[in-house]
Amino acid sequence: MCLKGENISFGYKKNNLILNNVNISVDRGEVLGLIGDSGSGKSTLCKILAGYENDHKGNVSIDGKEIPSKGYNPVQLVFQHPEKAVNPKWKMKDILNEGHIVPQNILDSFGIKKSWLNRWPNELSGGELQRFALARALSPETKFLIADEITTMVDAITQAQIWSIVLDIVKELNIGVLVVSHEKKLIKRLCHDVVYLDDLNNA
Amino acid sequence: MSTAVVTVNKGVFSGFNLRQKTLLIIGFTSLLLLAIVISSVSFGEESLHTNFGSKNLNPSPEHPFGTDWMGRDMFIRTLEGLGSSILIGAFASTISTILAIVLGLLSSAGKIADSFISWLVDLFLSIPHLLLIILISIGFGGGATGVIIGVALTHWTGLTRVVRAEIKQLKTQEYIHISRNLGKSKWWIATKHILPHLIPQILLGTILMFPHAILHEASATFLGFGLSPHEPAIGIILSESMKYLSAGYWWLAFFPGLSLLIVVLAFDMIGENLGKLMDPKNAHE
Repeated sequence: MCLKGENISFGYKKNNLILNNVNISVDRGEVLGLIGDSGSGKSTLCKILAGYENDHKGNVSIDGKEIPSKGYNPVQLVFQHPEKAVNPKWKMKDILNEGHIVPQNILDSFGIKKSWLNRWPNELSGGELQRFALARALSPETKFLIADEITTMVDAITQAQIWSIVLDIVKELNIGVLVVSHEKKLIKRLCHDVVYLDDLNNA
Repeated sequence: MSTAVVTVNKGVFSGFNLRQKTLLIIGFTSLLLLAIVISSVSFGEESLHTNFGSKNLNPSPEHPFGTDWMGRDMFIRTLEGLGSSILIGAFASTISTILAIVLGLLSSAGKIADSFISWLVDLFLSIPHLLLIILISIGFGGGATGVIIGVALTHWTGLTRVVRAEIKQLKTQEYIHISRNLGKSKWWIATKHILPHLIPQILLGTILMFPHAILHEASATFLGFGLSPHEPAIGIILSESMKYLSAGYWWLAFFPGLSLLIVVLAFDMIGENLGKLMDPKNAHE
């Protein structure tokens, strides 16, 4: 199973393309790193692959089939700022179980404590919220995870913790991961393969 | 920080924290308004009987607001007028709120609908408020129905803008996109994600609409385009007492006017304090 983006072009303004003819593919079970400078279009590419941005040219497909726009998206995107990814009027347990009921073993491996579940999002730190966002995205229906700078806002120790948990779960569920970062060292530690957005992009 | 603590623990409310104080203010003011409405409804016709033996009396313990040129007790007249003002205000702002919600939701349906509703809001805002109320009121045959419809059809603009902007802003939130990616339907997102954000805004908007509606009803009536002269209304009382002001009967206008001001301020206080309770983050603004 393979997530493919073919000939993707996109610009927020006309005549000013950020992405031009980008081709990228991630296999199931693969951990692929994507490195690019700030403003190079990494996040935009992530949004296109996960179906958040539809005004692009080119195709995004899984095994040659287009991703349906309704229903659970097998490509899940996790963002850099977890505090924006949660509804501030919801309790953490509702946020966590929005997509699927997250099993206890995943909660345990992420270190999500029971007492956190009855709190509001503003009562948790960024690192804690990001664990919830990841647990929510890693359902059995998820085939690909796009991690857009998911550990940029936490310290080195938490970063290592979160990534080791994610890689374990991803292996177990046989999920393909696109790790997006501008930190080359992190990506070299995590990924089987690395691509540079500048090499893919003709813009 | 220390200054905030000092101001909280001063005066009548010493010993209460800010939350208790806010709740107390809301409770007292609501009780006051409720008492006005209930007493105005429970007074019968006979309490306003004319008694020419006691006309144009100064305020006294027996007639706290004095009496008018027909010997009617001004306190009871004022209460009745305020009661009907509040009821009209309630009815009109409820209708305005429903209009605002419907139009606000419609504006999120598409670009054409959105620009049409923005245009409609601008149109209604570009005509002076009171003029529009009088026009609509006359158009609907004047009287109580006319003024209620007039007030109801002119107060939705502000809340419509708020609802429209709130929905627009919410729709760009990441958690809404995530919810869609988790397979949730539009209806599910609207009711579970967007509605909880709108409800406090709508509730506050309705309560803060009250004082406007009451004042506009009173103004239209004062100018002679609202309720008919035999109905108890603050606007009628004020416009009638204008004729007697020069004769030195100051209490005819003073107490009803002051009471109207107090009622309007009471609604404003409830609205502001409810706002503090519902959105503590913006309480300092």
